[in-house]
Amino acid sequence: MARVWIPPLLRDLTGGRETATVPGANVGELIEALEQQFPGVRGRLCPGGALRPGLAVIVDGQVGRLGLLETAGPDSEVHFLPAIAGG
Amino acid sequence: MPKKIHVQAVINGQPMDFLCEPRQSLLEVLRDELRLTGSKEGCNNGNCGACNVLLDGRLVNSCLVFGAEVQGKAVTTIEGIATAQGLHPLQQKFLEHAALQCGICTPGFIVAAKALLEKNPKPSEEQVRHWLAGNLCRCTGYDKIIRAVLDAARLGS
Amino acid sequence: MTTSTTGYKVIGTRPLRHDGVDKVTGRALYGADVQMAGLLHGRILRSPIPHGLLRSLDASKALELPGVEAVVTCADLTDPGDRIAELGEGAVNLKHLSSNCLARGKVHYKGQAVAAVAAVSAHLAEEALKLIAVEYEGLPHVTDVRAAMQDGAPLLHDDLVTESLGKPTGKRSNIAKHIQFKKGDVAQGFQQAAVVIEREFHTATVHQGYIEPHNATALWNADGTVTIWCSTQGAFTVRAQVAELLGIPLSRIKVVPMEIGGGFGGKIRVYLEPVAAALSKKTGKPVKITMNRADVFEATGPTPGSYIKVKMGADKDGKLVAARATLAYEAGAFPGSPLGPGAMCIFACYDIPNVHIDGYDVVVNKPATSAYRAPGATNAAFASETVVDELCEHLKIDPLDFRIQNGAREGTRRADGPVFPRIGMVETAQTAKQHAHYTAPLGPNPKAQISNPKFEKAGDGANLGFEISGLRVPRRGRGVASGFWFNCGLKSSASASVNADGTVSLVEGSTDIGGSRTSIAMQLAESLGIRADDVRPAVGDTDTVGYTDVTGGSRVTFATGWAAYEAGQDIKRQMIARAALLWGVQPEAVAYEDGTLRCLSDDKKRLTFKELSEKLHATGGTIVGRASVDPPGVGGGFATHVVDVEVDPETGKVTVLRYTAVQDVGKAIHPSYVEGQMQGGVVQGIGWALNEEYIYNEQGVMTNASFLDYRMPTALDLPMIDTVLVEVANPGHPYGVRGVGEVPIVPPPAALANAIYQALGVRMDELPMSPGRVMAKLLAKQ
Repeated sequence: MARVWIPPLLRDLTGGRETATVPGANVGELIEALEQQFPGVRGRLCPGGALRPGLAVIVDGQVGRLGLLETAGPDSEVHFLPAIAGG
Repeated sequence: MPKKIHVQAVINGQPMDFLCEPRQSLLEVLRDELRLTGSKEGCNNGNCGACNVLLDGRLVNSCLVFGAEVQGKAVTTIEGIATAQGLHPLQQKFLEHAALQCGICTPGFIVAAKALLEKNPKPSEEQVRHWLAGNLCRCTGYDKIIRAVLDAARLGS
Repeated sequence: MTTSTTGYKVIGTRPLRHDGVDKVTGRALYGADVQMAGLLHGRILRSPIPHGLLRSLDASKALELPGVEAVVTCADLTDPGDRIAELGEGAVNLKHLSSNCLARGKVHYKGQAVAAVAAVSAHLAEEALKLIAVEYEGLPHVTDVRAAMQDGAPLLHDDLVTESLGKPTGKRSNIAKHIQFKKGDVAQGFQQAAVVIEREFHTATVHQGYIEPHNATALWNADGTVTIWCSTQGAFTVRAQVAELLGIPLSRIKVVPMEIGGGFGGKIRVYLEPVAAALSKKTGKPVKITMNRADVFEATGPTPGSYIKVKMGADKDGKLVAARATLAYEAGAFPGSPLGPGAMCIFACYDIPNVHIDGYDVVVNKPATSAYRAPGATNAAFASETVVDELCEHLKIDPLDFRIQNGAREGTRRADGPVFPRIGMVETAQTAKQHAHYTAPLGPNPKAQISNPKFEKAGDGANLGFEISGLRVPRRGRGVASGFWFNCGLKSSASASVNADGTVSLVEGSTDIGGSRTSIAMQLAESLGIRADDVRPAVGDTDTVGYTDVTGGSRVTFATGWAAYEAGQDIKRQMIARAALLWGVQPEAVAYEDGTLRCLSDDKKRLTFKELSEKLHATGGTIVGRASVDPPGVGGGFATHVVDVEVDPETGKVTVLRYTAVQDVGKAIHPSYVEGQMQGGVVQGIGWALNEEYIYNEQGVMTNASFLDYRMPTALDLPMIDTVLVEVANPGHPYGVRGVGEVPIVPPPAALANAIYQALGVRMDELPMSPGRVMAKLLAKQ
């Protein structure tokens, strides 16, 4: 069970809930589990089956490089944030 | 196309002939006709100094001089600063002080600094900054460039 | 000054850069230096208006001019449709990218490319541009971010609706995107505050100002392959973009990155490359296009102007309790400003329990913006770090003590959610506080001397300059500010082959903008225990090195350095196997230490790296080490700056007297180039703070598109820039590297604003703080 932080702009789907603890070995599975609890989340986070362009997943403080395949441990903390591009 | 002009000049110590259109700048002639691409175009209107060369020993922006104007004159470009014996002290000091990052402004700075040291072999920091105010560098913040020039002056270049 | 040392042999030393001699003798070849037989010169026709429909275009007269060989328009690029692609560093809308190279039906800013000509000379191509007849239907324009957000503002795009993490808003708007971060409860947080400050800020559009204009040379060969020589921060992203825009496979394109004359984020998106390729396809000849300086200002990607509102509160003990920010960034003609990182950086220096941040990405009729060194963060820090200064003033707390007390540290949860690993924010503030600069007298101006620059002094600038013998005397002030930048990791590749003389030839994929091939070579040298000079580094093209992301995000020394380190480990394993073969032992019986291979079972058997290199051909052939990495472990960078200024109350001119930049650099591989990054970043920040801006007239036209009028700092405007390298090693990198290139641009505008306040008693809320704006504040106060 990883702890997913719901982006504020998705909280219209979670009734204001800020975090959710859901099962899943990777980010894709976590999103599937979220979708069961909060229908619509998947379509907003990954329209077309991949993370929304410009969105990054952060697992335990590290930018996930594998997108939906990024693994998450049982105590992981997961965030969805704007992707960073540098100068 | 406009008729070309035949020009004879001494480029980096070597007598040379070239043809150029009346509208071609010295910078264009150096880069496109003589393939001396060390002089860089940063602005083409005399604001950045990346195209600095010496014309009869005087520092000029080669983008503001017509190619046809150098008839009978001597031009020194960045390619003419080092000798068979090695780098000019300014070039050596630029390397030692890490006074370049991307390096595009470096030829202009070295040519300009050479002109300064020939005129004033022991400049103060303020004098170096004043002399080089016509050369823009966007990478270094000038700190290491100024140090390199002062150090080269100490060396008695 | 470096505050820590380790047992490294190469890392931390200052060898001469490998490409140095080429660059001080004028031999190094930059993009515009490409010459080849039969080369044609291309020039771009640009829109004279900021917004309008393209009604017709007739190039027949241009094509009649002898020496003109081809004209291309958007019809010569593929129509990519409305599609988003991941092209290296971030997602790109191909429709927008294509229109930005050659406008499709509509122009969105003055200077947007409309058509291109190839001719036998550049002058002739310029003449031909004047013969192309274009009919525009002008539309109302909007160039200010807040005006563009109003109902009733001219809309730039028919199909643009606000994206709000997938929530449909349905309404056409210039607001391309809304983002939001929340932590805790701000309303409750502000109730705990003893002091609350709320201010609004504006910053102008600024340009990266690299000295080398954009350029591209393309050759479309008869076999359908395309070679492109250009100045870019990333050869592979150029390849990907050109493939999409021309509709040809990646494998048919080779991009050769020439030496690059500065980028700072502005040489990632393509402008000329696909156009030169299209012209080459039409003519069958190589075509070179170079921009002039006005093109660079008007038609490449500056960084956004912005409107930012910040509210921060602290309790009576000086503990930050709540912060609220609204950021609106000008994306320019197409969506995609660096709003996200700006919003994520704005309070990142601090541990604040309650935060609410809203951000808006807004299109306006200006060139499409690009990244610029810590993109988005400088605008944001100007706002938040000025408000922090005002909080300190009210609380009568030293601004560095405030940062030490409230600074983010390991375990601090950021406003956007994640928790910081080991970082050096507090160390930079502590180091700045201990630095001699911070307590040095501000003299020699007798009445302006402040021996200990606490903020009790601040308000007495009310006299607006001292009267001494009837003359107004310039006032001095000291300011501090901090800044944060994330830094990036991303993908890098390197290969290294061992030569018979004991040297190693390294090919790496990061274009070298500031000496990075040396810092990468040094990491390989360190890993092998050889000298930096024994590594010969080269930057590969897209056919000779593995995929490598752009030189940006302060990632090259971190990630490509890591690839070089891994390539070194690969070489070591193979060298050990060769030594084992020679000695007739198992590889486990061979140790590799400090550049020497040693037989563990027979101490007399030793080979230096060089000695074994000589034997490679006789023991199985050359050894090539290789690595491709996408490393985790990126370490964020913090900086705290101290600046002294003198302000002339007669003119409002601000002179920088002394500047000290303190930065957590992780581990400085080549300290001279780390210092150089800091000094360069600081000076770009000073330019942004004091002079630089895009000035638009009522017609939506930039009126200062030259280096004379867009006033970047010169050597005469500046003092030496002191640097203090604090080394809080990044635990996520083999050598502790953090990115260093970007964060130094973040603090300067706020540090200068705070220094101006101390000098004059007026709070600056607009960039640049040019003499006119300083005078306006002074006069308003009077």
